[in-house]
Amino acid sequence: MADLTTMLGSLQLKNPVMTASGTFGYGDEFADFIDIAAIGGIIVKGTTLHHREGNAYPRMAETASGMINAVGLQNKGVDYFIEHIYPKTSAIDTAVLVNVSGSTIDDYVATAEKIADLEHIPAIELNISCPNVKQGGMAFGTCAASAYEVVDAVRKVYPKHLMVKLSPNVTDITEIARAAEGAGADSVSLINTLLGMAINANTRKPVLSTVTGGLSGPCVKPIALRMVWQVSRAVSIPVVGLGGIMNATDAIEFFLAGATAIQIGTANFIDPTTTVKVIDGITSYLDANGYKSITDIIGKLEV
Amino acid sequence: MKKYMSDLIVTANTPLNNQYFLLKLTSKETLPAMLPGQFVEVLIDDCSNVFLRRPLSVHFVDKTSNELWLLVQRIGKGTEKMSTWQAGQLVNVLYPLGNSFSVPEKQSSVLLIGGGVGVAPLLLLGDYLKNKAIVPVFLLGARSKSDLLMLEEFAKYGTVYTTTEDGTYGEKGFVTQHSILQQKFDKIYTCGPTPMMKAVAAYSLKNNISCEASLENTMACGIGVCLCCVQDTTDGHRCVCTDGPVFNIKDLKWQI
Ligand SMILES: Cc1cc2nc3c(=O)[nH]c(=O)nc-3n(C[C@H](O)[C@H](O)[C@H](O)COP(=O)(O)OP(=O)(O)OC[C@H]3O[C@@H](n4cnc5c(N)ncnc54)[C@H](O)[C@@H]3O)c2cc1C
Ligand SMILES: Cc1cc2nc3c(=O)[nH]c(=O)nc-3n(C[C@H](O)[C@H](O)[C@H](O)COP(=O)(O)O)c2cc1C
Ligand code: FES
Repeated sequence: MADLTTMLGSLQLKNPVMTASGTFGYGDEFADFIDIAAIGGIIVKGTTLHHREGNAYPRMAETASGMINAVGLQNKGVDYFIEHIYPKTSAIDTAVLVNVSGSTIDDYVATAEKIADLEHIPAIELNISCPNVKQGGMAFGTCAASAYEVVDAVRKVYPKHLMVKLSPNVTDITEIARAAEGAGADSVSLINTLLGMAINANTRKPVLSTVTGGLSGPCVKPIALRMVWQVSRAVSIPVVGLGGIMNATDAIEFFLAGATAIQIGTANFIDPTTTVKVIDGITSYLDANGYKSITDIIGKLEV
Repeated sequence: MKKYMSDLIVTANTPLNNQYFLLKLTSKETLPAMLPGQFVEVLIDDCSNVFLRRPLSVHFVDKTSNELWLLVQRIGKGTEKMSTWQAGQLVNVLYPLGNSFSVPEKQSSVLLIGGGVGVAPLLLLGDYLKNKAIVPVFLLGARSKSDLLMLEEFAKYGTVYTTTEDGTYGEKGFVTQHSILQQKFDKIYTCGPTPMMKAVAAYSLKNNISCEASLENTMACGIGVCLCCVQDTTDGHRCVCTDGPVFNIKDLKWQI
């Protein structure tokens, strides 16, 4: 059987399949359906320094092959996470990462500092790309200078693996990726959701309370794939690919495009067993094609 | 409660009128216990424009035939597709989801108020109440006679009163105008259109009656991870799919 062990720099994962932040809760919600420890990495819900109630509802619109969300980083804050959730996630026998968000650089830094102290959190994913908050969030990730500034500030206080999550809502994503790398990121993950909107023609009103929201699901996959391909050629740190992955074939396309690991997001809503099916499917693909290791297909797109 | 995802088999799909149908599903294994007020998430993978699962209340669980009943209103593309499903078809379902109505432990007079397709969860609630030797009063409202559904089934568990907006059956008007509300009840359970539930909530508050309402919201996951389905409560935003769908009206921040 092919070896799925994945190295994201110095961060070792048992396999390259992770869960995307905001789509997998804190993991235990899926324990009735799968062995969550079989997943390569679990990235928990976006966490901020202070409690956030998130946006008003409606927060979701279904679209052709996807959905638009306007959750707005609802979470109970980092201290609540440390006190009430971390004890439970520590018991999960796989890498658990915290997705860190903020409105100011100080927020990001303070949150990352607190999480740095947690023994069983080997890495953070710095979310500089959330389209659903008024301040901060995506603003940091849409300009190379501010991306550099926030990653640099967090890098100074966070010694473990620092993954930076990029926004697709930019003219040239490779510029932002290079800025993150330059500021000391250990890996980049992409893509976060694409800014979109939905209208109800009968009421002549927007469907979402926030008018615009973040588009995800299979409809974004071609864009995500293209960006992963571009970024993997622009930086030398590992790239984590996500956006619309529904099955193992989708995942393999991301590896071929240059991703070292992948994340599964919206697909968890359709089939809560997607992660383990993708892991099994990757193994079958590698075995059927005579590859010994997942590393044999990374970036092997034949152009 | 443990949740399951499995392929259930359609045993019958019966049109009840031009808008509603009753879908019965069975499983090779014995179906797990499902509580009144809980719901399921149905995958409609044979319809190209439907991406997410569709939430539907558990209408009834027939233990003798090992069947799960869904009472469905054809309202859009997904439910339209479901209405065409034939006996023998496999349907992927996540179940049982959400909390449930709290069934009283001691004898009490309870009123179950349903409107439109909102009557769905009240049938299983009737069954649970019967097991506690409580005979409920059902007050079911609809636009017109042909939209009053499953009346014979409800009658197995309690006394059934009805209203229709056009007066074609039962008392004319809205449920909250029905004469049965002159009586005193200990507990009210309600499910239906939001304006109806708000009117029922206002009546309950005025008369100091404990009231539980089953709510809807847009859902993506149904298991508490996407946070798309929140409701404003006295305790902040709570998920309708896991903290609900049943809420005590005193916990809701409804303007009534
Ligand atoms: C917990 C819960 C329990 C439910 N139980 C039942 C049930 O037992 N029986 C039943 O028939 N329905 C029930 N519903 C509603 C049901 O989920 C929707 O009607 C269904 O998802 C519509 O899917 P569709 O593809 O047919 O419609 P779509 O094509 O998605 O929508 C068609 C039109 O209907 C509107 N619409 C969609 N969903 C709703 C909704 N929830 N309420 C009002 N309008 C809507 C849309 O805005 C659109 O205009 C329940 C919903 C929830 C959240
Ligand atoms: C409901 C929902 C909530 C999300 N919350 C977060 C979040 O808190 N932090 C974050 O970085 N990304 C969040 N995302 C974005 C996803 O992690 C992912 O980047 C995006 O959905 C694309 O992947 P997908 O198409 O596989 O879902 C969220 C997405 C959805 C659908
Ligand atoms: S539908 Fe996803 S949290 Fe309720």
